Amino acid sequence: MTDVSLSPGQRIPVKAKLSRDDWQMRVTMVAIGLLLLLGILLPLYTMLSKSFENTDGEFVGLANYAEYFSTPALFFSGINSLTISVIATMIVLGIAFVYAYALTRTCMPFKWFFRLVAIIPLLTPSLLGGISLIYWFGNQGVLKDLLLGNTIYGPIGITIGSSYWVFPHALMIVITALSITDARLYEAADALRTSKLKVFFTVTLPGCKYGLISAGFVIFTLVFTDFGVPKVIGGNYNMLATDIYKQVIGQQNFQMGAVVSVVLLLPAVIAFTVDRIVQKKQVALLSSRAVPYTPKPSAGRDISMFLFCSVVALFILAMLGMAQYAALVKFWPYNLSFALDNYNFDVMDGGGWEAFWNSIYMAVYTAIFGTIIIFFGAYLMEKGRGFKAGRTAFHMIAITPLAVPGMVLGLAYIFFFNHPDNPLNFLYGTMAILVIVTIVHFYTVSHLTAVTALKQMDNEFESVSASLKAPFYKTFMRVTVPVCLPAIFDISIYLFLNAMTTVSAVIFLYSSDTTLASVAVLNMDDAGDTAPAAAMAMMIAYTCAGVRIAHVLLTRSISKKTQAWRGR
Amino acid sequence: MTSDAKPFLQIQNLVKKFGDFTALSDISLDVYESEFVCFLGPSGCGKTTLLRAIAGLDIQTYGTIIQDDKDISALPSSKRDFGIVFQSYALFPNLTIYKNVAYGLENRKLPKPEIKARVNELLELVGLHDQGDKYPAQLSGGQQQRVALSRAMATSPGLLLLDEPLSALDARVRVHLRSEIKDLQRRLGVTTIMVTHDQEEALTMADRIVVMNQGVIDQVGTPEEIYRTPTTEFVADFIGTMNFFPGEVVKNGQVKVGGTLLSCSTDGFQNGDQVSVAIRPEDVNAQDISDDTATENTLSATIENMEFLGSFYRVTIDKNIFSGDLDSDHLLADFSVNLVRRKDIKPGNVLNIAFPKDLIRLFPVAP
Repeated sequence: MTDVSLSPGQRIPVKAKLSRDDWQMRVTMVAIGLLLLLGILLPLYTMLSKSFENTDGEFVGLANYAEYFSTPALFFSGINSLTISVIATMIVLGIAFVYAYALTRTCMPFKWFFRLVAIIPLLTPSLLGGISLIYWFGNQGVLKDLLLGNTIYGPIGITIGSSYWVFPHALMIVITALSITDARLYEAADALRTSKLKVFFTVTLPGCKYGLISAGFVIFTLVFTDFGVPKVIGGNYNMLATDIYKQVIGQQNFQMGAVVSVVLLLPAVIAFTVDRIVQKKQVALLSSRAVPYTPKPSAGRDISMFLFCSVVALFILAMLGMAQYAALVKFWPYNLSFALDNYNFDVMDGGGWEAFWNSIYMAVYTAIFGTIIIFFGAYLMEKGRGFKAGRTAFHMIAITPLAVPGMVLGLAYIFFFNHPDNPLNFLYGTMAILVIVTIVHFYTVSHLTAVTALKQMDNEFESVSASLKAPFYKTFMRVTVPVCLPAIFDISIYLFLNAMTTVSAVIFLYSSDTTLASVAVLNMDDAGDTAPAAAMAMMIAYTCAGVRIAHVLLTRSISKKTQAWRGR
Repeated sequence: MTSDAKPFLQIQNLVKKFGDFTALSDISLDVYESEFVCFLGPSGCGKTTLLRAIAGLDIQTYGTIIQDDKDISALPSSKRDFGIVFQSYALFPNLTIYKNVAYGLENRKLPKPEIKARVNELLELVGLHDQGDKYPAQLSGGQQQRVALSRAMATSPGLLLLDEPLSALDARVRVHLRSEIKDLQRRLGVTTIMVTHDQEEALTMADRIVVMNQGVIDQVGTPEEIYRTPTTEFVADFIGTMNFFPGEVVKNGQVKVGGTLLSCSTDGFQNGDQVSVAIRPEDVNAQDISDDTATENTLSATIENMEFLGSFYRVTIDKNIFSGDLDSDHLLADFSVNLVRRKDIKPGNVLNIAFPKDLIRLFPVAP
């Protein structure tokens, strides 16, 4: 056919010309990637180098670390953090497993109610649990005697309070793990006349093994790095996260704060790495041909599960209910008549109503800008052609924030953005930096949600639109966004709720003009205004619940409108 | 389609590597104007890779592609002139059928009435003119694939690429759509390349079939050529059913299988060559042979098993027919229902069968 008969090795490789789309997509993706780099890696790097410096900024090697490990008080905080995290992990994992099992594998009545109650802690700042516990078991607590002379201010309070707010995080993972089973495995086991107990240990447990491991790591990391609960109810019992706060805010010892941050970061990074590996395995278990499992009624099991879930639900409602009660009561415990005095935030230290409105603005900005950047970034990464190295690098940067505890991120931001030589210094103390840190803090989960939704879309859409000479942004706007709208709403609600309730990252970064509601809860509690703190926490809870309901309604109306094309 | 016409698409020495794996090695092929070419082969043979290289979706590592006298080797998809249809249809789910077909036309900034006329014309052509307001999910698979075809043809591309377009459909719809696509292609006269792993599809639709195996082209030819005169053992085995027996060329015009000598053309082989002797089941003849006269290539066969396949029986014949220990499967022969009835063929019976000398094919055996 041709007289070219060179061997492949002698020929010049074809260098693919890039289309305008390719250029635009790559440049935009690199730009978002650089922003992320700026928002996570550079601050972390600054913090890391800070931990090797003395107060004058001179390099001192591991001197700070040596000092840290030889200061018993600091060292024991690490032990305390580990102990509490392990205990809370075991408690929450056990409860979440049984609760999830009841929801997915039994015919227990009122499942919808139990599902609803379980997500309540997601709508409240982690501090709320601590405040409620004070009213239940504190010095003037209603059920103080139940503790048999022990104090709630310390490990007991931290464990219970932490368990309360991480419960839904663990529950959702376990529910997913238990939902993806194949009913045919159970039918096969039945046909082989396997005993119920043996089925549980040979089919059920192995099937959700990875989910449980993953949930365990999530609980551990959340408790280990949480700041709100130990701050409110920890008393004199020191934890790593509170240590950072004390070192930085209390003693202005930034170097030691950086050291503690690194110590806090390490277990979080390990847990994160193991979790990533485990989750990859979990996905491999999924088969698209699996038949969903439908439980059959069994009176004994269903009733005992109902009782168990009722106890858990009662506990959650008791936490929320007490916070609400305390917020409405005039003067605990002497005048229990109701009034709205505690909601008069403007007469209290902590930021007043302005803090609440700041939080709303911050959450709205975070949701809007965060969703746009995160979803578009995920799209460019997932649907771009070629440039494999760049896309992989982007993904790596995008999942990094999950490994970084909020306290560490916040402190890293101080070091990075407050540096006089940083041209971005002007951001320090503004609303913008709060929005940025919150977007970065919650980037990973949103990114993964977007990637999952995008992966479900036919990859050939991009091929077809290229053959039809449609620019990528046109297909993105006309097809990708409408089809992924549910996921986009999920991302924005996730960002909003977290922006409303987060304390850890923003605690170092707010200024007097940008106090946030969650920070106000903390500060009012710190100042002894526990009841107003409860009231502010409840304001956050109302807002989150309202937004959540609006989200459900919106999603429902959209799915109604798009029913025609979403198929049967 | 004559060989002196200028090829519309020229593929020259194409190589595609994925890391260390060579998916295409040195592929050259010419496709002529208005031709319907099928890339046929087992999964992993490189046929889809070749199609994607032609489309610019996965550009080749080495080699040249010339379309309509223009070197498109390195161009991105958006700079090439083709329409494409995928197995998954890839219809935009949130756009109506009308909007889907109009999608490419809108990008050309054509006036609205013109777009409308063109979309209606295309939907009319595939018999879906009254379905324009529906969404893809509301149509059957076959209808969706017709829409995808209309969308690909809307901008009148010079080249139509079909990537396993029928594989996701039910058997019945597939057969129906097969002739419909072929008919449409003939009417529009668009040069078409279709990738398929289904030989029946390739045999019925293609003007020429390109049989691929492990990244190379084994044979290019019309369906008849490919079926009747396969040039490699792979092609012979992959297309249709074929009996293979180990043999040896003993003299010009004669091979030895087991203990039996068979006459056949031995062109291209020398005495003593080890060969694979091949014959199709439908070429095994039991029709006009009387049971007592022994003619050329006639052997006495014991029927072992019979499989009823509707219009014919697939008969398994004891391999001892070649009176020798053969390391191969049984011999298969297709006998019509009529013949089986007339000759009262039953398992256990013995009858004479013949291997027509010009229907036996020999393939070299790799040493």
